[in-house]
Amino acid sequence: MKRWRWPSLTLFTVTLFLLWLLLNDTLAPGQVVLGLVLTIVVALSTAAMRPLRSRPHHLLAAVRLFFIVLFDIARSNIVVAGVILGSVKRRSNSGFMKIPIDLRDPYGLATLACIITATPGTVWAGLSPDGHALTIHVLDLQDEETWIRTIKHRYERPLMEIFE
Amino acid sequence: MTVTEIPLWADLAASLLLVAGGILTLIGSAGLLRLPDLFARMHGPTMGNTLGLGCVLLASIVVASALAHRFVFQELIIALFVVATSPVTSILLMRAGIYRRRGDGGTDGKVVAPLDGNA
Amino acid sequence: MTLLPWAIFFALIAFALAMICAAIRLLRGPSAEDRVLALDTLYVNCMMTVLTLGIQLGSRFYFDIAVLIALFGFVGSAAMAKFLLRGEVIEP
Repeated sequence: MKRWRWPSLTLFTVTLFLLWLLLNDTLAPGQVVLGLVLTIVVALSTAAMRPLRSRPHHLLAAVRLFFIVLFDIARSNIVVAGVILGSVKRRSNSGFMKIPIDLRDPYGLATLACIITATPGTVWAGLSPDGHALTIHVLDLQDEETWIRTIKHRYERPLMEIFE
Repeated sequence: MTVTEIPLWADLAASLLLVAGGILTLIGSAGLLRLPDLFARMHGPTMGNTLGLGCVLLASIVVASALAHRFVFQELIIALFVVATSPVTSILLMRAGIYRRRGDGGTDGKVVAPLDGNA
Repeated sequence: MTLLPWAIFFALIAFALAMICAAIRLLRGPSAEDRVLALDTLYVNCMMTVLTLGIQLGSRFYFDIAVLIALFGFVGSAAMAKFLLRGEVIEP
């Protein structure tokens, strides 16, 4: 058993407990007790598997990033729908591109990968071994400058604020 | 039919959301047939996974809340789960596609992204 | 006069067509990755069909089915993608 790590363990346990109550859609005392026991057992038995702890701060920035991502997903859905329904020429200019990146925190990089992949039109394709450049695949590759600016300003800067 | 007993606002909102979700999912899946190569095809189903599924889940929340006369938001679990897992599948498939196509020069003469790192 | 039954009818037809598109790609797909991608799409479309049926019948049981389909779909697709990537699903 490793050292007792309270803060990350509590956040994990509380999230699991809330998910259990949501799944059962109840606040009955029996389910509350069962959920508490289950989540504590699960949290304790998986504590050794968590490689390193993250320390997210700036909750407000996280909420703002969430709404930015939601808006971008809605907008790029429409763009991708236009590409799919468009002409053959428009459909066949996809390709890979490289983006220089300054984010180093592993949890921040994982979040960035999820954001980029969840947005239609871009898929994460890899990170260089030294961590200075990431490769993404873009469906509508017209000007690389716009994509670089979008990712660096809209996603990377808030993530660096949150995780570093 | 139980769905005829809900108020007008829920009826309108759920209908709009269902139609939007259906159209988005259909276009996304049609992308599987219309786009030229594997890497371009990865982008189509993402539409259905994100906004299409979101619309259907919101419609389900609206109808269930109107029927039960309280706020039911169990569908949030599916949303959280899909948001957390569908990028993982996409990234693994993308890496597999790059790995299995290494060295054959891509689709139209452009070099396929080099296999670097283990992201 | 309510709109919802018609919207449900429309959505079910749209999901059925989407599943047909995915099935064609599943049968035709030149590479194995195409087939895994099509199977993943099929799972998600199936889950949305089940959710829509749940709205139509006004029953909460369909929600549990949708959760299970999401879980198994992710596990299956991730295992197949991992196998294509590494030639092995569980590594020592």
